[in-house]
Amino acid sequence: MATLNPRHEEGLFYVLAALGGLVAAVGLGAALYMEHTGHVVTGMNNQIVWGLPHVFAIFLIVAASGVLNVASIGSVFGKKAYKSRAPLSALLCIAMLSGGLAVIMLDLGRADRLMVAATHFNPTSVFGWNVILYPGMYAIVAVYLWTLMERRMNPYSKAAGLATFIWRILLTTGTGSIFAFLVARQAYGNAVLPAMFIIMSFAWGLAVFMIVQKTMFGWNDMTLHPAIRGRMKNLLGTFVAAVFYFVATYHLTNIYFAKQTAFEEFILLSGGIFPTLFWLGYVLVGTVIPLLILYVPDLNRIRGSVFAASGLVIVGAFCLLYVFIIGGQAFPLEIFPGYDVKSSFMDGAIDSYSPTLPEALLAFGGLGIAFTITTIGVRALRFLPQDDLAELEAAGSIVD
Amino acid sequence: MKLLRILATLLFAAIAVSPAPTLAGEGGRTPKPVVTIENPGKCAAPAEEMRRNHMEMLKHQRDRTLRAGIRGEPASLNACIECHASKKTGSVLGDGQAFCQGCHEYASVKLDCFECHQPKAKFKAAGLKP
Amino acid sequence: MSAPNPRRAFFAAAGAGVAGLGFTAIAPGLHLMAVGEANAAARPAGTAASPAIRWGLLIDATKCAPGCTKCIDACHEENGVSEQLPDPRQNSQWIRKIELVDRRNGRVTTLPMMCQHCAKPPCVDVCPTGASMKRADGIVLVDRHTCIGCRYCMMACPYKARSFVHTNLTEQSPETPRGKGCVESCTLCVHRVDKGQQPACVEKCPEGAMTFGDLNDPVSAISKRIAAANTTQVLSDLKLDLGVRYQGI
Repeated sequence: MATLNPRHEEGLFYVLAALGGLVAAVGLGAALYMEHTGHVVTGMNNQIVWGLPHVFAIFLIVAASGVLNVASIGSVFGKKAYKSRAPLSALLCIAMLSGGLAVIMLDLGRADRLMVAATHFNPTSVFGWNVILYPGMYAIVAVYLWTLMERRMNPYSKAAGLATFIWRILLTTGTGSIFAFLVARQAYGNAVLPAMFIIMSFAWGLAVFMIVQKTMFGWNDMTLHPAIRGRMKNLLGTFVAAVFYFVATYHLTNIYFAKQTAFEEFILLSGGIFPTLFWLGYVLVGTVIPLLILYVPDLNRIRGSVFAASGLVIVGAFCLLYVFIIGGQAFPLEIFPGYDVKSSFMDGAIDSYSPTLPEALLAFGGLGIAFTITTIGVRALRFLPQDDLAELEAAGSIVD
Repeated sequence: MKLLRILATLLFAAIAVSPAPTLAGEGGRTPKPVVTIENPGKCAAPAEEMRRNHMEMLKHQRDRTLRAGIRGEPASLNACIECHASKKTGSVLGDGQAFCQGCHEYASVKLDCFECHQPKAKFKAAGLKP
Repeated sequence: MSAPNPRRAFFAAAGAGVAGLGFTAIAPGLHLMAVGEANAAARPAGTAASPAIRWGLLIDATKCAPGCTKCIDACHEENGVSEQLPDPRQNSQWIRKIELVDRRNGRVTTLPMMCQHCAKPPCVDVCPTGASMKRADGIVLVDRHTCIGCRYCMMACPYKARSFVHTNLTEQSPETPRGKGCVESCTLCVHRVDKGQQPACVEKCPEGAMTFGDLNDPVSAISKRIAAANTTQVLSDLKLDLGVRYQGI
């Protein structure tokens, strides 16, 4: 990619934008099809009510909030090296939020009633709060972007950055609370979840940012200063380890409670696809290998290794969410403790879930939307992080 | 969206009540629907008022009945259907002559009631047999 | 809407006659109309559901016959639940029979399970639009006019009482509108209750295992039975204050 001439480069941009647009359009078509036939064409049912679209949407929404961390470190915590990255971070936030929200909305049984959702508000519903938190996030990030990109507004960027920081902590608390406030199913109803979602957002958002940043630098034939690369990789490592701490806490607490051990046994040992995804996908691929890459000097000196680690963190994120969301629903509700139960409605039975093509296309459509917005955004506006090395050196920001 | 709906409603009302339809009069492209009205003249309100306000009447009634549990309201979708279902098809839907569908099709107003409500008069649901 | 109901007069008379006596076999198919008679009067047209009333069900699991599905059939017929999808997990089930086997001694109990009509329903708390609602008299309903089909209530219900309509419907009962893309559950046959009738499942149970009535009225048959026998609320530790009580589990 390093020696692209401008004409090829432009062509490649259009190909990428078109590809992203195509994936998004196919996802939209799949949603229309689901809307027309009903959810009978999906693999979701009355036991597993949220499926693959929700896994993708929640990843996008959580990462959208976390990707702004890069901007916050610059404006709220005053780290100079991150300041030039704030606009890109804000753009990625808007792109992923758009993709995630589109998927959630289009999966609704009555997606045509978006106006009902906007005009009827139940203050006790976490979803209800999210109806305020998500659009609010757009508005606040848009204002933040404006203060960053418009020179005259620059003085307000610190205040806008602080507001954004607070808002996105609330937003991810809201996302985690969707599950934390559920008393019915054993996987949820746990106060650690909002905090866990916040730290997950930090890790996943930063991983997405590193991938986009690396791609943009490569595209423009630039290399990231090793010191900045080193700082960002260490930060990613810290976040990945912190997520693991929360995930371990969540499971260990459950294992300690006798009434939860059957569920933990299912998720961690006997549940087929779920333990596999948890141990291989999340623990090994999504945590251990990235941590080794990020912290073993001989490994992270290899060109592209941090990029690869970021990718693995994202793979792990999807595995973890799949286990959490789908696995949490596949395990039967314990309505009559102490009895073996059976019925025509999956009582006492472990459910299996196989996503069908329409819902998978819808889920990937969300990624397509996020990708397209990002691609067009970075092309149309100046989002490329420009490091003024002399200034950073003067501020002592690139000394490890 | 809401504004659109109000506009559409106004448009519908204007078309429905005007003696010489503005859009579909002589020379208009869309022919006026021939809606068969079974049991004319026994309605809960004069035809003019029904044409203008039936959607509002039904909407308020639905909220009172479902949410507050008030029964026996003068406006009732089931009562509309019982009176106005076609004698031929037994339904208020089906074709351009059907009571609800005919007019809504003509006015191009989305008819959402029958995603859930039964459009046939005297319909007896069978239910799933074991 | 509530045209004079010819059965109501009979109903009230029968109710007055056998109050407190439980069920009386007048003739097959008729005898159950006298069970839980306390709700005999229809609410007059134009009046709202009263917060003084708390409708409830008492289900005697010791009387529930294994293999019998009369309550389910009655519910399906009354409410027009008729779809049969290729994946049965996508079919709506407003009421289902659960078979319980005691892990220690193998004792088998069967019972019907449906919406428990909680006084503090989690489904109502989580619904973003307020479509999930509780009527003044304690009946928990879904307002399908504002349900957007997000299924959050299905995630929140500890009794798995709710179903999502996965396909287009055309065979609805006029009294029970229901349709694609909305969530639904047992309405306690609200349209019948408002006419002074019993829920279909209660009426059709051949064993008389279900009693319907006003939990707030101390002299209703259901209240008297709850006062006399040892009854339980399922998952009572959740303290949701259920409208449906069980006996014999």
